[in-house]
Amino acid sequence: MPVIENESQLRALLGGLSGVDAVGAEARAAKLATRSLKKSTKLAALDLAISMVDLTTLEGADTPGRVTSLCAKAMHPDPSDPSVPSVAAVCVYPDLVAHARSVLGASPVKVASVATAFPSGRASLNVKLMDVREAVSAGADEIDMVIDRGAFLSGRVGQVFDEVVAVKEACGRAHLKVILETGELATYDNARRASWIAMLGGADFIKTSTGKVGVNATLPAALVMLEAVRDFAETTGVVVGVKVAGGIRNTKDALRYLVVINETAGSRWLSPDLFRFGASSLLNDLLMQRLKQRRGVYVRPDEFSGD
Amino acid sequence: MSEDRLDVRKTYKLLINGAFPRSESGRSYEVTSAKGEFLANVAQGSRKDVRDAVVAARGAQSKWWSQSAYNRGQVIYRLAEMAESRRDELADHVRLAEGLSSKKAQASVSRAVDRVVWYAGWTDKIAQILGSSNPVAGPFFNFSVPVASGVVGVLCEQESSLEAFVNAVLAPIAVGNTVVAVASEKRPTPAVLLGEMTATADFPAGLLNVVTGFTGEVAPTLASHEDVDGIDLGGVDEEFADELAQLAAGSIKRVLRPGPNEDASLRRLRAFVETSTVWHTIGQ
Amino acid sequence: MSGDLTNSSLGAMAYDPAPESAAIARLKPDYGLFINGEFSDPSSHEAFASLNPANEEPLANVAQASAADVDRAVYAARRAYDNVWSKTTGAERSKYLFRIARLIQERSRELAVVETLDNGKPIRESRDVDIPLAAAHFFYYAGWADKLDHAGFGPDPKPLGVAGQIIPWNFPLLMAAWKLAPALAAGNTCVLKPAETTPLSALILAEILQQAELPEGVVNIITGDGSTGAALVDHPGVDKIAFTGSTEVGRLIQQRVASSHKHLTLELGGKGANIVFEDAPIDEMIEGIIDGIFFNQGHVCCAGSRLLVQESVADEVLRRLIRRVDQLRVGDPLDKNTDVGAINSAAQLARIEELTAYGEEEGATRYTSSCALPDKGYWFAPTVFADVSQSHRIAREEIFGPVLSVLTFRTPDEAVAKANNTNYGLACGVWSEKGSRTLWVAERLRAGVIWANTYNRFDPTSPFGGVRESGFGREGGRHGLEAYLNV
Repeated sequence: MPVIENESQLRALLGGLSGVDAVGAEARAAKLATRSLKKSTKLAALDLAISMVDLTTLEGADTPGRVTSLCAKAMHPDPSDPSVPSVAAVCVYPDLVAHARSVLGASPVKVASVATAFPSGRASLNVKLMDVREAVSAGADEIDMVIDRGAFLSGRVGQVFDEVVAVKEACGRAHLKVILETGELATYDNARRASWIAMLGGADFIKTSTGKVGVNATLPAALVMLEAVRDFAETTGVVVGVKVAGGIRNTKDALRYLVVINETAGSRWLSPDLFRFGASSLLNDLLMQRLKQRRGVYVRPDEFSGD
Repeated sequence: MSEDRLDVRKTYKLLINGAFPRSESGRSYEVTSAKGEFLANVAQGSRKDVRDAVVAARGAQSKWWSQSAYNRGQVIYRLAEMAESRRDELADHVRLAEGLSSKKAQASVSRAVDRVVWYAGWTDKIAQILGSSNPVAGPFFNFSVPVASGVVGVLCEQESSLEAFVNAVLAPIAVGNTVVAVASEKRPTPAVLLGEMTATADFPAGLLNVVTGFTGEVAPTLASHEDVDGIDLGGVDEEFADELAQLAAGSIKRVLRPGPNEDASLRRLRAFVETSTVWHTIGQ
Repeated sequence: MSGDLTNSSLGAMAYDPAPESAAIARLKPDYGLFINGEFSDPSSHEAFASLNPANEEPLANVAQASAADVDRAVYAARRAYDNVWSKTTGAERSKYLFRIARLIQERSRELAVVETLDNGKPIRESRDVDIPLAAAHFFYYAGWADKLDHAGFGPDPKPLGVAGQIIPWNFPLLMAAWKLAPALAAGNTCVLKPAETTPLSALILAEILQQAELPEGVVNIITGDGSTGAALVDHPGVDKIAFTGSTEVGRLIQQRVASSHKHLTLELGGKGANIVFEDAPIDEMIEGIIDGIFFNQGHVCCAGSRLLVQESVADEVLRRLIRRVDQLRVGDPLDKNTDVGAINSAAQLARIEELTAYGEEEGATRYTSSCALPDKGYWFAPTVFADVSQSHRIAREEIFGPVLSVLTFRTPDEAVAKANNTNYGLACGVWSEKGSRTLWVAERLRAGVIWANTYNRFDPTSPFGGVRESGFGREGGRHGLEAYLNV
């Protein structure tokens, strides 16, 4: 793994990355989106997708009560069917981490918390680090930080890198997911460079978006990030995960991501250890499809709890 | 011409690669005026002369093509200047070759020079007339441009010694080809003279090569030569043209079979042009 | 580098079969010749079976047209030209073409399945490329029929008369559309001969022409082998021959029509160079190389069958390319997840095997995908040859199969020189993030089509065709009209 000592070195490394032809990347993603998953493949993919969900609530109106029901859903997405796997994590704001932790108890479901002045990231580094430390000390297993898009877009890549390094340190044993907010970075070239900055800074995951801006996760952006983690693993031996978040509402979309993972980074990434969906309503759609596959008929949305 | 002095006669030679060699075969043939009087012993080009001319034309093609269209127009226009300044000489040749009155020969030269000017103006228009921007259904910039076919063989018409030569030869040149022309067999001298003028008209060596001699002897070599990209069969009869067209098929040549006395036209300009289409992605 | 492709971690998520139903094709057991608006038996009463190359099973019997049948078809086309089509206004012709386009769209799923069954190409390609593009071609030229005055060929350009059109087996319906749409828009009548091994989609198209109520005889579709094509080429009643196929046959056709009044356009073979510079967008470039040579099993005249890669990135590109090749899904063409389908015929398979054997003999390094191949049918695993020299047969001859030859270069000049070092000149690719160099290269490539940062893209508005021994004339765009107008 290259050690980054100064900004010019980082800049040179980023400059050495191949460009992304937007048309080609989008065409590739669109082509992969035509894959057709049937029968046992589809059933396996549905369970895999469920196990990859970071069940998320990030609203100003969040309450301990809402988080309680979210955690219940996370542990047993379909209480009538114990064969349904639990989701990977619940994702909440830092102040609700402790509550989530207590509800989840010994469950394998992780607690993830957004931090670093989510979603804008517009705060001093000290405030961001404090945010992280509080979430970690409240029991967060995973921290979803945001990069400073303003710094990135104005060319201060060293600052972006330094923040990732600092947050990683503040995370301690907690896993770090670095949100690039690809919608604000605008170009795939930027998404690729930001992916590398995050990975070089110590990210355990790179994540597309906050879910709070106009353009959230897209298939081609995820494709570019999956290429980045693949290339990073080949170059450094360090295996970094990918999380897509925002706008992934139905099974069809989720399965397309699984196909892109499979045919880009490879099957190693087909695991909740290395891929996550940041989502809320997606889960019920996955459950509906799952039940449909088993019953052979389409089912009512009311088969499953609202959250 | 002064009558109290023995005039100095000219030797009519080939034009190959900017030089004026005799035929490598050493042969010549007697050319007479329309009235049957001896005019000259003109070089009788051979198959090997054709071969050398094709090599010269091939060598010059990328250079000619890589000059700007503006520049190519200037070069061709320069030929018109040269022809105009030596118009009496040209008219003399046309008069003798075609058996015309002085007045009619002068008129023919005028038309020929004007035709050169017409072609000079085409060099930087043709891409706009034959090219296009193509609105494909996708994020691609897509444009088509005309590109010269390469080396073009021209079998010049037999009757019209200058005008038809200009029409046939300058069309492929104007669009970026280089040319190996086989001049009218029985009326070659105006073409040879115009060829000489190219030497003072900034024509790069090899752009225009003029082979004189027996069309029937050299045409099959030109038609079958695999490094010739196109051929204009204007100067031979139907039956021979059929035969040559079959030879031309051997290397998938572009074949132009103009009608009798076919004038300069967009068709002539299109005959030895390829359409090259470039796609490029459009994305951030 | 070793030839081992098995250390790839990719593709472990095996997809269950997702086949499209063959029943959608609704094929009839027998098809006659489509002459003068109706199907009829050939004079010889001879027929041959069109096979599914994926399993070698017969799909339907089609008629073998004799010289007498060709004569009948040309006569029908001539009569339709004289009595009907030449008197039909451009606006009316336009509406017929729009109808045909719509009918193709309406029956697109059926046509896609027929095409895949008869040709062996993946259903994804027939569904997403061949059939939509065929419809788009009719849509495009429909609009030209009443605007020929504005096409740049002077006022009131005239059609040629009866066009004889011979098309190949690699894009059966699409090639039919490329031929028929501009010919009809320009006011010609047609006799179309589909390829011997892929006649079925053209016969469905004949049904579509009936549904469109196209006047009888305006389009005649006759099936048969090479002798049928030869009879059409030689027929004195034909004013125009348009041929797409091999350079070898194109040369023969040019010779045969040389002493006639027939107009001719040829779209022939190629040995396209795909030029990769070190600053290329690497992931998209790899996909572009894949599309360039494995699209349609490499049965593409404009295939990027020669990869010219800058030496500084050659190892990296080859490594990534081979990883990607190993990931291609080869198999049942009807499976929606299949990337590479069946080779169209036993004869073509033999040709591919022969040339690839030369590749090994000549010392090139062969990498072949580790994919499993079906037991029945005609199959060839995607193959890449590295360490190829310009002089190798696999660098010079058109293989027309899923076989890529990789060569290297050091400078842009050398890339252009190597790309142009061929008698062909159909298509090339250029991959670079540097616009000025891309255009510099594009200007110097002797090719009719140049794809920059993409490959194997087609559009009805975009002229397609070759230079040198790849043929002459253009299909597509305003330029495509010229082939069917007396201008």
